[in-house]
Amino acid sequence: MVEATTTQFKSNVKEALADTQLQNALDRLQSGFVKKRRVASERLEEFEDLRDRARDIKTHTIAHLDAYLEIYQQNVEASGGHVHWARDEAEAREIILSICQNAKAKTVTKGKSMIGEEIAINEYLEANGLEPIETDLGEYIIQLRGEAPSHIIAPAIHVSKEQVADAFRETHEELPAERSLEEPDELLAEARAMLRDKFINADVGITGANFLIAETGTSVIVTNEGNGDLTQTLPKVHIALASIEKVIPTLEDATSLLRVLARSATGQEMSSYTTFSTGPRRAGDLDGPEEYHVVILDNGRTDMLAGNFSEMLRCIRCGACLNHCPVYNSIGGHAYGWVYPGPMGSVLTPGLMGLDEAADLPQASTLCGKCEEVCPVRIPLPSMLRRWRDQVYARDLGDWQTKWALKWWAVFAKRPALYHFFAGPKMQMLAMWARKQGHLKSIPSLKGWTNSRNFPAPQGKTFQQLWKEKKR
Amino acid sequence: MSARESILNRIGAALDNDSDKSGRAATAAARIQTPPNNLIPARAKVSAEDQVQLFRDWAEEVAATTDRVESLDDLPAALAAYLSSQNLPSEVKSSDDPLLGQVDWAKQPTLTRRTGIAEEADQASLAVAFAGIAETGTLVLHAAPESPTTLNFLPETHVVVLPRSRLTGDYETTWNRLRDELGGEPADLPKKLPRVVNWITGPSRTGDIEQEILLGIHGPRRLHIIIVDEA
Repeated sequence: MVEATTTQFKSNVKEALADTQLQNALDRLQSGFVKKRRVASERLEEFEDLRDRARDIKTHTIAHLDAYLEIYQQNVEASGGHVHWARDEAEAREIILSICQNAKAKTVTKGKSMIGEEIAINEYLEANGLEPIETDLGEYIIQLRGEAPSHIIAPAIHVSKEQVADAFRETHEELPAERSLEEPDELLAEARAMLRDKFINADVGITGANFLIAETGTSVIVTNEGNGDLTQTLPKVHIALASIEKVIPTLEDATSLLRVLARSATGQEMSSYTTFSTGPRRAGDLDGPEEYHVVILDNGRTDMLAGNFSEMLRCIRCGACLNHCPVYNSIGGHAYGWVYPGPMGSVLTPGLMGLDEAADLPQASTLCGKCEEVCPVRIPLPSMLRRWRDQVYARDLGDWQTKWALKWWAVFAKRPALYHFFAGPKMQMLAMWARKQGHLKSIPSLKGWTNSRNFPAPQGKTFQQLWKEKKR
Repeated sequence: MSARESILNRIGAALDNDSDKSGRAATAAARIQTPPNNLIPARAKVSAEDQVQLFRDWAEEVAATTDRVESLDDLPAALAAYLSSQNLPSEVKSSDDPLLGQVDWAKQPTLTRRTGIAEEADQASLAVAFAGIAETGTLVLHAAPESPTTLNFLPETHVVVLPRSRLTGDYETTWNRLRDELGGEPADLPKKLPRVVNWITGPSRTGDIEQEILLGIHGPRRLHIIIVDEA
């Protein structure tokens, strides 16, 4: 992972908008995830009702969070597993390192885990002499490229197949230099072959957890590649990383949530592999880990629970809000500057890092409402973004240009005659300028807008003029 | 104060405005004891015969292949035919499921079946499903001494036997069946639940290279399901 750049949002955005390769990659979102989600949601008539159920399960669990976490821990221990609690990133890293050291581990395979990204576990293990290997293909690609994920379920969505080939050539030096890596199939075969030995020889396997089930002490992972399963089955030790809000009551509740998760994420009816893991290898089992650990992380979430952001803890990390967000679709994930991009990231990141570190992110939204429309657990993302904006204003964290512009706008807005005097002619001027095209390709004083998108031209009359005419 | 106490206290402090801790514990315990009924999609509520078709349709949509035979007697020939159709050697690493013990493998002398965990050299594996779920064409398998988990993930070709009697419409029926078979007090469930329950819906896939769907990245490239009517 790279250093957080959440405070450089504006320059990140400029770079992203100018990156044609990234723009090509983002163009694929609409025909991919967005279309597939629509098809999947339309062919299950109960989908909207299931979203209500999913929301209610998470709301209920969060309202009883301490109780369910305690039950969960008891049941993990009853099945022979261990639960470790971490207040922050540093504690989580320390716990994971000490489990690895106790196991005398040298190599660690990793399934995809956003908590792993959040606590930057790879850098920490490397700094302490271990070799962490990402095994999800997308995570493997960005690990080779030294990047952060740009999407919570498709971490390498910004990378072209040519760039994947370059990264493979650079890393897999033992393979013949003249081999062909033009086709995606060839890249896939090479990744499969290269990671096989890593899976088999790893000492510890680290995965995330989509859900923790209180009733049974079970952790659940949802993957399509099968890498998570090899990661947690082959090594002697399995560590699952989770945050406090991942707990839910029962196997049946997990089932309800799973009915909306993949459909919202990739538009699949169900992901290829959904795996319910309970404790270490049982007596007589021929495979599976001998030790099973779960690390439960807070890292700012209890503050969100106490503050006005507890609804964000319903999030099941499907990525639908990213896929449907016009801002994410324009700038990709890296511009947001940390591990959680898009609307969910703009709400979560200030909560986890502190608003001072991420004051621009709540502004990175048009508040169009599409994110809330597609959220499987109906998180009111736009109103939570507004809540952060209120705090940015109240704590005077915004930039001076915005504050200055708002002040002047208020001067005019409070004086309708003055407002009309300036706005009317300006509207007409813009309308004339745009002629019949209906939009402007460039406005000198608004380059920030028009460099990357057209400015819709006013259609001749102001609202006040129209209002007057209608009233007559 | 330990991290555990400190986190639980912070959660408690945030929730105490609306409820008290003992009330929350009682509500949580009661909900686990008597959970509300799930909303089961109408799609899953079909007749027994339609379940077979629904299961096959969904499984094939996600690139699994399916076959249907009358009885366990037909299994060796069906398995050999499938392996040959994929140009694979006539050998499988297999689970030691009792159901497979009832099969007369000698009827297919060219087919080699060895039991045990999957290893790197194994090209194809054979396992028996605990259940099949028609709603999404999903197989349910679980770990047991005779059914190692590596069989489901390591080889490139995964062949799964699904007895017709274990096919259900929805996931919930399968959880109930598992709970019934494990028996005992609900409090014993964590100890009794198999170490791993796998839901498998199609072969391994990835969309991580330019969102193009490719099969067989880490898990099996091929998933072949043989439904056995009289089993």
